[in-house]
Amino acid sequence: MIPLWYYLLLSAFLFACGVAGFLIKRNIITIFMSIELMLNAVNLSFIAFATQWDSLNGQVFVFFVMVVAAAEAAVGLAIIISVFRTRETLNVDRVNLLKL
Amino acid sequence: MSLHLWLIPLLPALGAVINGLFGRRFPKAAVSTVALTSTALSFGWAVFAALQFVGGGAAAVTESHGAWIRAGSFSVEYGFYLDQLSMVMMLVVTGVGFLIHVYSVGYMAHEGGYYRFFSYLNLFMFFMLTLVLADNYLLMFVGWEGVGLASYLLIGFFFRRDSAANAGKKAFITNRVGDFGFLIALFLLIKHFNTLQYSGVFKAVNAMPVETAGAGLLTAIGLLMLFGATGKSAQIPLFVWLPDAMEGPTPVSALIHAATMVTAGVYVIARSNAVFNHAPIALMAVAVVGCLTAIFAATIGMAQNDIKRVLAYSTISQLGYMFLACGVAAYSAGIFHLMTHAFFKALLFLGAGSVIHALGGEQDMRRMGGLRHKIPYTYWTMTAATFTIAGFPFLSGFFSKDEILWQTFSSPHGHWVLWLVGVTTAFLTSFYMFRMWFMTFWGDYRGEAHETGEHAGHAHATPIGGHDTIAHAPATGSHGQGADGNSEPHESPWIMLAPLVILAVLSVVGGYVGVPHALGGNNTFHKFLAPVLPSTATVETGTLAEHVAGPAQESASHGESASHEEVAMERLLTGVSVAVAFAGFGLAWLLYVKRRDLPAKITASLGTVYKTVLNKYYVDEIYGASVIGPIVEGSTKLLWRGIDVGAIDATVNEAARGAQDVSDGVRQQQSGNIRSYAGWVAAGAALVIVYMVWMGTR
Repeated sequence: MIPLWYYLLLSAFLFACGVAGFLIKRNIITIFMSIELMLNAVNLSFIAFATQWDSLNGQVFVFFVMVVAAAEAAVGLAIIISVFRTRETLNVDRVNLLKL
Repeated sequence: MSLHLWLIPLLPALGAVINGLFGRRFPKAAVSTVALTSTALSFGWAVFAALQFVGGGAAAVTESHGAWIRAGSFSVEYGFYLDQLSMVMMLVVTGVGFLIHVYSVGYMAHEGGYYRFFSYLNLFMFFMLTLVLADNYLLMFVGWEGVGLASYLLIGFFFRRDSAANAGKKAFITNRVGDFGFLIALFLLIKHFNTLQYSGVFKAVNAMPVETAGAGLLTAIGLLMLFGATGKSAQIPLFVWLPDAMEGPTPVSALIHAATMVTAGVYVIARSNAVFNHAPIALMAVAVVGCLTAIFAATIGMAQNDIKRVLAYSTISQLGYMFLACGVAAYSAGIFHLMTHAFFKALLFLGAGSVIHALGGEQDMRRMGGLRHKIPYTYWTMTAATFTIAGFPFLSGFFSKDEILWQTFSSPHGHWVLWLVGVTTAFLTSFYMFRMWFMTFWGDYRGEAHETGEHAGHAHATPIGGHDTIAHAPATGSHGQGADGNSEPHESPWIMLAPLVILAVLSVVGGYVGVPHALGGNNTFHKFLAPVLPSTATVETGTLAEHVAGPAQESASHGESASHEEVAMERLLTGVSVAVAFAGFGLAWLLYVKRRDLPAKITASLGTVYKTVLNKYYVDEIYGASVIGPIVEGSTKLLWRGIDVGAIDATVNEAARGAQDVSDGVRQQQSGNIRSYAGWVAAGAALVIVYMVWMGTR
């Protein structure tokens, strides 16, 4: 049996990668992928805990998260395409109409 | 039986409202009809009430119309009060007021704002009658303030002219200064007597001892009332507004600034005689103020060249006489002079108005002269008034002024110094009045000389100070060239002359109601007023306490008890005052008819003294430097720039600027940069985690 903290460590590592990618990268697609990475890092910890405590709740949560992530991906990709079409760039630093 | 006294003030108020609201659309005839009818009805009702009053045994009538203010045990009512004193005042105000209304119809015929003028004039009548008929100090104060308002409106009637607007403001503000003192007197009355009803106050006052030992409550009240009266009645130190008030139309000068409103101070002092009789110090202050004002104004009057200003200073001087009379506790003599003065001074002003009218707006006596043939009616009526005010024998002014002088000499509160000043003033009065008379009506007409003039400056026989830099208002032009544009002097229409004639008759015979015993008379006027206004003898013998409302004090009237020497003395003093009247006439004749070169020489030799008098002793300048200047400076530098701008505005502005600075810092977060938002979110999440971990490990 692999100890719980292995999973949690991996999950935290993945999540940190996602956060770092989100903050550092400028390409919207990459940022989007970083978000997915964070979601899945959380999923991993859910699963790990579910296995640890023999409870199905965690697994059910994961399914919900995946569904939401799929919906979010659909909307998000649509927005990205729309942004690209209007501004001809995927650099978030140049999508700054709201700036002062 | 009810006399319906409320009708008397209310009728003019009704006229004022009708003319004020709708007069703009009325033709002039309708405006004058409304104004004259309301005043005439008021006069008629006043006469009726007076007859009923005298017929009913002359018992004081109080008519109350419910409570006005009620606070705890203190209450003030809408009440009217008719006794001998208010009856005299009421008849003078309505009678003279009506005549001046009639005169105004002619005088104002060519002026704009006709309806406005009559509306104000009626409004004045309303307030003045409220003042004299009120049965308590507060209602009287309403009238007191109201006449101030009407006076302000009418002085500034030609408000497009700066000098008129400023004169109005000056009158109003100067009066406010006096009112301040008067209000404090009322507060003291409320505090110590818990009432403002005349009856209640006087009853309480009469129960108190005379403050012979030193100043006390009643002295304070008396002095404060005197201060208020100096404002309204143009006495030292607050007389400065009255000469400037001549900016108003001439009928206004006659009605408000000669015959009625300015006598309000005298009325108040006479009405409050109970207070003053118990406060010898205040009484003396009244006498001294009156005496000083009388001679002070008379000297200024000698050097003025504007016909209305001569009369203005004359009015101040005569009011000083009335104060002098009140100050020696000879209240009835003061009221007697008030009445005769109302006749002859109104007449003088109306006559002056007629002269101004005749000359198309000219007010400078140096450009008059020789008018006696051109405007004979005006000349003869003015002559009557001039001889009356100068105190020529057997005219009304002679009786009233002589009474005052005699009382000043003989009253226990009097003093021969006061008498001497009074007689000197009588001489000056006679001189400056005849100076005016000679300059206006005698000699040659000097009006044309000015226009024809290649040598305009030197031609006309220079009266005193023909070359000076007097600060009198430029000939006001209030009464513009009339409709006809005729520069030849012309007599006024009959509607202006009729009041002149009536007032002339009153001026001549008005004094016969108060002929003193020493001259074979019966002193009717003083006996009539005796129930309200105790004679000096009563005041001295200390029988004040019983003197509340009983009409049975006649025994104290000095006539009966007058010894033989006293009568002889009174006759002697009468001779002296007649002599000074003639002396004034003689001097004026010498200087302005016989030797017209003399005035210029005299003024030249007097130099600075003359210049000081001509410039009214620089009182306005002194006030400007000592009071007005510091107030303006203080308000500008300390209150405005210091407190308002520096403290109040600055606090608000700094608070706003602080909010702006904080916002400037905070808004930097809203960069529009997505990654910075994400950074904040991450940082926040990290903080939450740290917090939870910290909580978990605790």
